[in-house]
Amino acid sequence: MEKDFTRRDFLKTVGAATAMAAVGGLPSGLQAGEMRLVKFPEKTELRLLSSRPPQLETPLRYFTEEVTPNEALFVRWHLSDIPTAVDLSTWRLRIGGHVTAPYELTFDDLKRFERVIYTAVIQCSGNGRSFFNPRVPGGQWGNGSMGNVTWTGVRLKDILRKAGIRPGAVEVVFDGLDGPPVTTVPDFIKSLPMDKALEEDIIVAYEMNGTPLLMLNGFPVRIVVPGWYATYWVKCLKEITVLDKPFDGFWMKTAYRIPDTPCGCLPPGTAPAKTIPISRMTTRSLIIEPAAGSTATLNKPLEIMGIAFSGGFSIKEVIVSTDGGNTWGKARLGRDLGRYAWIQWRFPWKPERPGRYTLLAKATNTIGESQPFDDLWNPAGYLWNKVEKTEILVT
Amino acid sequence: MKKILPVLFLLALLSPWPTIGPGLAATESAKTIVLPPEDWDLRPGPGLQRVQLSCVLCHSLDYIKLQPPLTKAQWSAVVTKMIRVYGAKITADDAGTISDYLAEYYGTEK
Repeated sequence: MEKDFTRRDFLKTVGAATAMAAVGGLPSGLQAGEMRLVKFPEKTELRLLSSRPPQLETPLRYFTEEVTPNEALFVRWHLSDIPTAVDLSTWRLRIGGHVTAPYELTFDDLKRFERVIYTAVIQCSGNGRSFFNPRVPGGQWGNGSMGNVTWTGVRLKDILRKAGIRPGAVEVVFDGLDGPPVTTVPDFIKSLPMDKALEEDIIVAYEMNGTPLLMLNGFPVRIVVPGWYATYWVKCLKEITVLDKPFDGFWMKTAYRIPDTPCGCLPPGTAPAKTIPISRMTTRSLIIEPAAGSTATLNKPLEIMGIAFSGGFSIKEVIVSTDGGNTWGKARLGRDLGRYAWIQWRFPWKPERPGRYTLLAKATNTIGESQPFDDLWNPAGYLWNKVEKTEILVT
Repeated sequence: MKKILPVLFLLALLSPWPTIGPGLAATESAKTIVLPPEDWDLRPGPGLQRVQLSCVLCHSLDYIKLQPPLTKAQWSAVVTKMIRVYGAKITADDAGTISDYLAEYYGTEK
C-alpha cells in the first residue's frame, strides 16, 4: 500500500520550523469550539476538529436526510500516519492466527462471499463529549460524529469460517493500514470476543450508500459492528487475526473503556474503581429542526423533526415537549430502516405565544432503554445521551 | 509552501490516475488522496516553539486548540500522558515549559 507522503516525510522534507513559517493554508486565530469548516478529499465542508490525524464533524443539517450523504459523514482517525493511497491490485486482506488454514483475499475474492446490505448508525464513542460538565480532554465533538449509512459487505463469520477457527479461539483482532507516527505510539488495533465476531450482522463492508468507501472512511473495506460504537469499525482493514487468548493492546486494555457501573457513568470528577471496554450504544434522540437558536413565526404551524436510535433495538416511541418538559406528546415515527438504523420522527406544532421556547425529545427502544434528563459523566467523555434542550425564539 | 508545492506537483505529474476532484485521484482499482495543509498557528508566547517542535511529530497543533480550557494540572497530565503513554521524547524541563505555555494560553485562567 503506497503512502505517497507520510507525516514523517513531510516533516523531513520541509523541516518543522520551515513548515511552521511557510504553511498557512487554514484560517487562524479561532478559539476552541468555534465552527471552522474545511474541505478534505471526497468530502464536503465539515467542521474541523483536527487535521492530523483528521477529525471532521458533520453539520447537523445533513441529518434532515434519511441516510447521511457520504461526503458529509464524519471522519475520525487516531494515528497521524493514515493511508492516503490504496491500489486494489496489490491490496490484500489477510486472515490468520488461531485457524487451521490462514489465507488472503483480494478485493474481488472478498466480494464473492454472500452479499449483505443494511442501514446502520455509525457513531463515535465520544459523540457529545463537548457537553460534559466538568469538561474532559479529547476530541470536542458536538453531536455530529454520527451518521446513518447503508452498508454493503460480506459476513465476517463467513470469512472466519473459511479459515477454520481452531478450538480455544477467544477473540478476533482487526488491524488497518493506519500506523503510528513514531514507534512508541501503539498501533490502532481492536478486538471483539469470538462469540460477538461470529454474529450474523457483523460485516466487512466495501460500500457505503451504494458506492465504494471514501478513503477517509476506510477504503477499500472496514468492519461494521452495528449497534456498537464506531471504535470497533476498523477502517482500511488489512488483517484479521484469531487469538486463543485475550488481546491486551493499548486501544482495548487502556483506551475506550467506561466505568463498570450500570450507567457507565460516575459522580462528576471522580475516577472509576473498575472499567470495561465500551461496546453497545446508548439510546439517543436529537432535534434537528428547528435548529437550536433559530426563530419560528408566531401562529404558523411547523414540524419539529429529529432522529432517534439505540444500540441495536428499534425505537418504540419518541416523546416531545415544547414547554421545557412540563407536557409531552408522542412524535410520529418515520420509515423504519431496521433496528440498527436511526428513525426520523416528526411532531406538528403551532407556537401560539411569542418568546423563548425549550424543545425536548426523548426516545425509548423496544427493551425499555431510554435517555437521562440529568447530565451523565465519565472521565473519557463517552456514552452521551442526555435529553437535550433545543432553545428557539418565536416572534 | 515554497518547498512543499513542487513535491505535490511532482506527485500529481507522476500519478497514473486522472484527477477527479480536489485532492483525489482514482480509478476503479486505486485511490489516492492529498490531505489539505495543516494549521500551525498557536497564540504567541514563551514556550511556543518548544510546544510546536515537541507536539507536531505526532499530531497537528490544532489538537491543542480543540481542547476545552484546562487547568494547569490537567494540561500537565496531558503532557505526562504524551510522554508515558505515547513515548513522546520530551525532557522534564521541556515538559514544564510546555505545560506552562498551555496553561497560560489555553488554560482556564484566561
